[in-house]
Amino acid sequence: MRVFSLSLQKIISMPRRRQPRKIVAPPKFREYRPYGHQGESTGTVELLYEEYESIKLADYDGLSHHQACVLMGISRPTFARIYESARRKIAQALVETKKIKSVFGNVYFDRNWYKCTKCHNLFTLPDSIHERLCPMCKSNKIEFINSNQ
Amino acid sequence: MKTIITAAEPNLKSLMDLRFGRCQYFCLFDDANGGVSFIKNEGQDAQGGAGTKAAEKMISLGVKRIISGDFGPKAKELLDKFQIQLIKITDNNKSINEIISSIK
Ligand SMILES: [Zn+2]
Repeated sequence: MRVFSLSLQKIISMPRRRQPRKIVAPPKFREYRPYGHQGESTGTVELLYEEYESIKLADYDGLSHHQACVLMGISRPTFARIYESARRKIAQALVETKKIKSVFGNVYFDRNWYKCTKCHNLFTLPDSIHERLCPMCKSNKIEFINSNQ
Repeated sequence: MKTIITAAEPNLKSLMDLRFGRCQYFCLFDDANGGVSFIKNEGQDAQGGAGTKAAEKMISLGVKRIISGDFGPKAKELLDKFQIQLIKITDNNKSINEIISSIK
């Protein structure tokens, strides 16, 4: 256990930095552009990956804010702030016919998770496990959540 | 095979605790003999490194599988290295009992 206490020491003595937000996959677009609008398009709003993820979790996946902040590894007030900022940006883009550009932000990707399409649980498959089945319901209908980045 | 389920309280009716590093209890289930025991998570109030501490505990217990709501990046990295399977349950209203019956 010596190795462990050493690595723990290192982590504790590291300077505190802003907690990166965890996201499963980046947005699948680089830009949304208004079409068929009157007059010139009037600029761009920059939607951060974590802002996109907050909208996806809360409004597309229909999770509660509590579930969403746990998944992103951040506190509830932080989640609320990111989500509010995302909504304001999207509203501004719609009303003012601005482009929405996706921008990296302060995130890291949570990799190597499989999802069971039957019971919706997520799991890893270490090399020591040979059968590619959902560990909870034994279904073989599983998919890799690819974070292609 | 030993499985850990993070628990809010030390009994089978308890709900799963959504956090790994900062969970209240670890429920240890061994399918070799059907034994269930609850271990208090001593690291839950740690200033930092709660996830790493909990991961080290899992490794010393010889656990092969962990069921929780979420895992932090440092804990996941360490547990991946030790070939421990991680499972995230998306339904957060499941009791420990229900979870154990589905993996028996
Ligand atoms: Zn399943």
